[in-house]
Amino acid sequence: MHVTSPAFKANASRAMRDAGLQKALGKAKGAFLERRAAAVAALPEFERLRDIGRDIKNHTLAHLDFYLETYAANVERAGGKVHWCSTAEDARAAVLEICRKAGARTVTKGKSMISEELGINEHLEANGIQPIETDLGEYILQLRKEAPSHIIAPAFHLNREDWEADFRRMHTELPADRVFHERRDILAEARTRLRERFLAADVGITGANFLIAETGSSVIVTNEGNGDLTQTLPRVHIVLASIEKVVPTLEDCTSLLRLLARSATGQDFSVYTTFSTGARRAGDLDGPEEYHVVLVDNGRSNMIGTEFQEMLRCIRCAACMNHCPVYGVVGGHAYGWVYPGPMGSVLTPSLVGIDKTALLPNASTFCGKCESVCPVKIPLPGMMRHWREREFERHLTPSAQRRNLGLWAFMARRPGLYRMVTRAAIGALGLIGRGKGALRSLPLAGGWTEGRDLPLPEPGGTFMAQYAKARREKRA
Amino acid sequence: MSKDAILGSIRRGLRRGPLPADQRAMLESRLATHPRHLIPARSRLPRPQQVALFVRNVEKEFGTVERVPDLAALPAAVADYLAAQNLPPRFVLAPHPDLAGVPWSDRPMLEFETRRAEGTDQVSVQHGYAGIAETGTLMLPSDPARPTTLNLLPETEIVVLRASRVVGAYEEAWDRLRAEHRDALSGGFMPRNIMFVTGPSRSADIEQTLELGAHGPRRLHVILVDDDPAALPMADAEVPLRPAEPGGPAAPGD
Ligand code: SF4
Repeated sequence: MHVTSPAFKANASRAMRDAGLQKALGKAKGAFLERRAAAVAALPEFERLRDIGRDIKNHTLAHLDFYLETYAANVERAGGKVHWCSTAEDARAAVLEICRKAGARTVTKGKSMISEELGINEHLEANGIQPIETDLGEYILQLRKEAPSHIIAPAFHLNREDWEADFRRMHTELPADRVFHERRDILAEARTRLRERFLAADVGITGANFLIAETGSSVIVTNEGNGDLTQTLPRVHIVLASIEKVVPTLEDCTSLLRLLARSATGQDFSVYTTFSTGARRAGDLDGPEEYHVVLVDNGRSNMIGTEFQEMLRCIRCAACMNHCPVYGVVGGHAYGWVYPGPMGSVLTPSLVGIDKTALLPNASTFCGKCESVCPVKIPLPGMMRHWREREFERHLTPSAQRRNLGLWAFMARRPGLYRMVTRAAIGALGLIGRGKGALRSLPLAGGWTEGRDLPLPEPGGTFMAQYAKARREKRA
Repeated sequence: MSKDAILGSIRRGLRRGPLPADQRAMLESRLATHPRHLIPARSRLPRPQQVALFVRNVEKEFGTVERVPDLAALPAAVADYLAAQNLPPRFVLAPHPDLAGVPWSDRPMLEFETRRAEGTDQVSVQHGYAGIAETGTLMLPSDPARPTTLNLLPETEIVVLRASRVVGAYEEAWDRLRAEHRDALSGGFMPRNIMFVTGPSRSADIEQTLELGAHGPRRLHVILVDDDPAALPMADAEVPLRPAEPGGPAAPGD
């Protein structure tokens, strides 16, 4: 995928002027926050599970070579094949070769961010094979020739009107009176369309949320069932997965699953959590005859042993972007590559280079909300700060201070963004210091709090919020 | 070769070579004992409440549940459910011995074929392996008696589950599979595929608003066969209240 991160500022201001996008962001965001909060509140053990999730991932990363070898051996024992790929080119070539050997004309796909990262669709198309996205969100984006703007809700930036217009435009043979006013109508149409595709496809490609070393299994988590149809019906199933997806045992995976759906969509458990282990067994009446895992590094192993190693704990739940005040006003496309929001601001520089992405670690208010909701406790703001330090050392910009001033000025010129961001920051400070009058130390501002305490914000919100409230009350 | 390059790069990052034998042995033993982590308290209940929690959670996720006393009650339960949904009395049936022994001819209207599902099938009757009370989740492993397509292609899926197969937490379901299942190919216990299903399929991709009935079934109906006297609802149960061992027998390393 082409990297447009260098244009982050231009992307962001365009996004903020885009009325449709602002409407979509406003509608969608609240839903995620409320649902996550409710699911977390209903599980008293959630905080302790976060520590466990972090520890499982840390243990795995410290022995990643061992667990990957064990995983691969167990895949082969169950009749599957593992294709180790250092680079995106290796992975694209491996996928193409499997498809060619299978004589594939069409390939159905489950939603997979690694597939976006590797550019699998473009590569298949260039070689005469038709990829068909089957996740509802991905399906409409393929019609629109757009990239996802969110890692679990690809069409986060669209409104129902967009869906209706696109369905009408692309499905021209439909009777003119066919209505798409209701979400239900759109869903039913997509279901009918894609059903034929599922049944006709020669190869199915899915991602993986986890790989299990103990059993050689790949795990996908979906709500629609499209991923399961993709991996069950075609003769060949290809799993695309990056190396940090591996965990040791089913019990380890289970603990992480308790965190994933709650953090992502606020469900206790997703509708379909499916473990695949090899190909069809003797006597089975269905299932693929070939099972391949394309195991991709593409820059991740270089993060091990650096200050960015902890980013490899990420389970791609999207809580950090759902709670990010910056993502909330600029949306996902502004970030300019596959992974948006706080996790993208750390991961993208690691995978495509800081030279093209220097603005991303600055796209933060350092309110700390992302870290406070991350199910595996990744210190995202701290790592963004590492990137800024590295970038400083490389003298990519004149000085850190100027850059911060620049960011402040960028926001100050946009009152809506400024207000939103200060409101979020105050909320976060209030939470950190609940019950105290002042903070002895402030995450990420150790230098500042070393010599003084930071008074906590007064109850009542920002000046602008209090001002508006006072005016309302006066009028009433 | 990519494999060596990737492993080499990981080891460079970790500042070590391949793991020494003693450390490997430690990790091997962690895999062999697969220790459990924290199990939420919510499912650690006496049997009747545990099964009731399962039922409640299935319903919370938009599934439906009917409890019947035994397998002989299935034909009536299936026929009545299909009639209530205005569906034709036709289905594809999992080739499972439990279901083959059911007196289907009690309801001569019912038509069924025992096979995998095809794109045109409207209703399936599947055999459930376990139910997980913690989240109202069905565990549906693939095997010749439980084709995966039954869980995916029809718009309506009916799952027959014995109440004795309802457990509290996922970990207990893994223990059952480990104890009961042998995979001839790998020598391990994992079948080709295991679906954990929690409610009917849905999508929230349009404006993040939930809509039921995406690519999988839009109706999920569980027929719970009360074969476990200790799990009957309290009013009917003649057995004294006994707490289920939390999480079943302790796993090694628990
Ligand atoms: S960084 Fe944390 S919160 Fe963000 S997607 Fe990854 S796991 Fe989720």
